[in-house]
Amino acid sequence: MAGLNDLLGQGRRVERHAPWPRALVDAAMWERVAAEIAEGAWTLLGLWGDTGAVHMALLDEPAGAVGVITLDCPAGRFPSVARHHPPALRLERAAADLFGLQPDGLPDPRPWLDHGRWGVRHPLGDRAPASPDGQAYPFLASEGESLHQIPVGPVHAGIIEPGHFRFTANGETMVRLEERLGYVHKGIEGLMAGAGLDHAVRLAGRTSGDSSVAYALAAARAAEAALAIAPPPRAVWLRALMAELERLANHFGDVGAVCNDAAFALMHAHCGILRERVLRAADACFGHRLMRDRIVPGGVAADLDEAGTREIRALVAEARRHFPALVRLYDGTASLQDRTVGTGTLRPALARLYGAGGHVGRASGRAFDARRALAYPPYDALAFEVPVLQEGDVNARVWIRIREVEQSLSLVEQIVAGLPAGALRVAVTPADEPREGMAVVEAFRGDVLAWLRLAADGTVARCHLRDASWFQWPLLEAVIEGNIVADFPLCNKSFNCSYSGHDL
Amino acid sequence: MSMLLLEGLLRLPLTERAPAPGEAALAELAAGVGRTARRRLGRSLSIREIDAGSCNGCELEIHALGNAFYDLERFGLRFVASPRHADVLLVTGPVTANMREALERTWRATPDPKWVVALGDCARDGGCFRDSYAVVGGVAAVVPVDLHIPGCPPRPIAILEGLLALLEPPAGGSRQPG
Repeated sequence: MAGLNDLLGQGRRVERHAPWPRALVDAAMWERVAAEIAEGAWTLLGLWGDTGAVHMALLDEPAGAVGVITLDCPAGRFPSVARHHPPALRLERAAADLFGLQPDGLPDPRPWLDHGRWGVRHPLGDRAPASPDGQAYPFLASEGESLHQIPVGPVHAGIIEPGHFRFTANGETMVRLEERLGYVHKGIEGLMAGAGLDHAVRLAGRTSGDSSVAYALAAARAAEAALAIAPPPRAVWLRALMAELERLANHFGDVGAVCNDAAFALMHAHCGILRERVLRAADACFGHRLMRDRIVPGGVAADLDEAGTREIRALVAEARRHFPALVRLYDGTASLQDRTVGTGTLRPALARLYGAGGHVGRASGRAFDARRALAYPPYDALAFEVPVLQEGDVNARVWIRIREVEQSLSLVEQIVAGLPAGALRVAVTPADEPREGMAVVEAFRGDVLAWLRLAADGTVARCHLRDASWFQWPLLEAVIEGNIVADFPLCNKSFNCSYSGHDL
Repeated sequence: MSMLLLEGLLRLPLTERAPAPGEAALAELAAGVGRTARRRLGRSLSIREIDAGSCNGCELEIHALGNAFYDLERFGLRFVASPRHADVLLVTGPVTANMREALERTWRATPDPKWVVALGDCARDGGCFRDSYAVVGGVAAVVPVDLHIPGCPPRPIAILEGLLALLEPPAGGSRQPG
């Protein structure tokens, strides 16, 4: 099969788009590519609206190549990709809500992010005033004897983000879960349009609180690609240190939280201690527990000193001392395993179709990890494994996290040992012409895609951020089928999709 | 498991000493909260958390209050699953247009007397999301707020200081019922 470059060569290449190519295509080619994605030739990496155009990012997994194709939509319409390839569905519904771009043949035309509350339609496209009174949302039908519905949310019983789940069950067995999201839509992409780059990166770092580092990194890297700026080596390594600390904190938290949802509080308590130790080390080293605003365009805003280095080494030693006993406890507790093994199984074929990232994909046979597949620095100079399992159940998603904790501890050690000396930041100057850049970064829950266009004065004209959750949320609906209602929290926590990162 | 439990028994607790209630928080409360409500509720407070549009950063730090270092429940503070059981609504985020009605309904479902604590910089006035078409504003734009705990997100110890201020009478001052 021809590579992604050959494919993009059939369109009209767009200049000043980095580091990967972008090409303008016509509607016929757009549809052909959609069909090729559905056949598995490419992985859909993202699909987003723009002023009078729609973009689609593609990944050639075996080659580790990325490309973007663009279709101009002067009439405000484009051929639906979801008609061929269901994973594009919610992305197209969102593009329709935000830009008013109509996907022709869209199998599900219901609004997605727009709940009829904004007082405006198509806020990023041709704005039109609208009543803010809200619209009723028709949920999908489930028909059959003895079915009942359980509506949950948007305000949940626990301390979690808001979203609505509509369960249809026969007794205890679930026959359908339908998600309705968009409750925490803050209009982040709208706020970024016209913002200065520094401010846009701060907004990116507030897209999903648990992935502050990953989002700031993705946005900063996209801008640096656009402007052909290379941050200093020390900054590149410090960014990776922050990213791995963020991954450790989240994985510790998640392993404990999954067990807690099976009422095994002991794991939760001990994992909570490890998570807290990571956040305290981050605070001691970089001055913020979530390391927010520490990654800035051109580099980093905080350095690691001698005391910080000792802090990190002590953290790694502490985690190595305590975590193995917790892993043995998890693995050796039959009543806990009874809840996680064979629960919420995601078939590898479905994970592949949706291009599922993070622990969701890697627990179901999809080996993609942006740190390895796209090898952005400094990961090209670091040794680590990408753990992959085939089982696809809650247990496998826990084990992927356990293995990734071990890898991240090793990465942290390598980074601290090999941290280059030198400057922390380079100046970021506008290019005096419009530029476009993109980046894909591995957050703890999967790949974050950032795409942006900078105006000649260096401000952000358009920025799109795509969370890994876009391709994971629909899979949660799929794995729930046939499980019991009481296992939903386990399945949900084992995915740990982002609401805010998705709703944006 | 028995080894872990044994270690837990022999090891000194990780739990930190209680912070003094935050000065600023006390001053803010003194203006707004009545003694009657406090006497009726005693020291025990049930908290219902509502994410009204947050990035989830505040939720992470609220979660941290439950870990062994902060151990929220030793103060008689606990999180409950329903607003019907709550004395305090702890609200985070800029209130999004899509969450406004859910927040209003949750507030109405909470029995009086009740306090609303707005947590984080966004909850004060919408923070960096203030100017968005999708954001209503801070929590006070939708429901009356008694106390604000600043930060992006606030550290767990700052959240604890603010919540303890709800329980402690202000030093030396008598306060009129609100």
